Amino acid sequence: MLISKVVGTTVSTIKDKELTGRKLLILRQVDEIGDVYGKPYVAVDTVDAGVGDLVLTAHGSGGRQTAITKNSPVDAVIMAVIDHLNIEGKTIRR
Amino acid sequence: MLIARVVGTAISTIKDEKVKGRKLLVLKQTDPTGKLIGKPFVAVDLVDAGVGELVLTGHGSSARQTHLTKECPVDAVVMAVIDHLNVDDEVVFRKE
Repeated sequence: MLISKVVGTTVSTIKDKELTGRKLLILRQVDEIGDVYGKPYVAVDTVDAGVGDLVLTAHGSGGRQTAITKNSPVDAVIMAVIDHLNIEGKTIRR
Repeated sequence: MLIARVVGTAISTIKDEKVKGRKLLVLKQTDPTGKLIGKPFVAVDLVDAGVGELVLTGHGSSARQTHLTKECPVDAVVMAVIDHLNVDDEVVFRKE
């Protein structure tokens, strides 16, 4: 799973019917000191995350193992909101 | 599988039902000498690994081949703790 920060939302009217009603969030990966890096990507939110939250995302077929994304054309899902990370003795919060 | 070192832990209250109770470790990949490379990622711990240990991680759908992670929204697991690494006839890492 990747550690990411929610940086925005995607709004789409015309989409696959399996995606109707799904919240699509824009994310960027976070490094060991909490800074965002890399290019943005989109994942389906299953845990009611919000902009600014630190989250975990599962990718590939792992993204379709939740009740919400089963049999959907989805390759990334937010499956946890991070309370905090303890990395190399330091604590990172959102 | 990747050789990685456990560098920390991830604490999460709000998460998918199927991931509840699972220990989530923060890892960084290492080169054959144990030097950290790349950016951190998170995996479900199956073998009670601890911070500082060198481990093997399984990725993708392989990560869901265990009874703890079957049909869970998980794409990485820690499936072994490394005792020692032997590269080019040389022990490059030995667990303390």
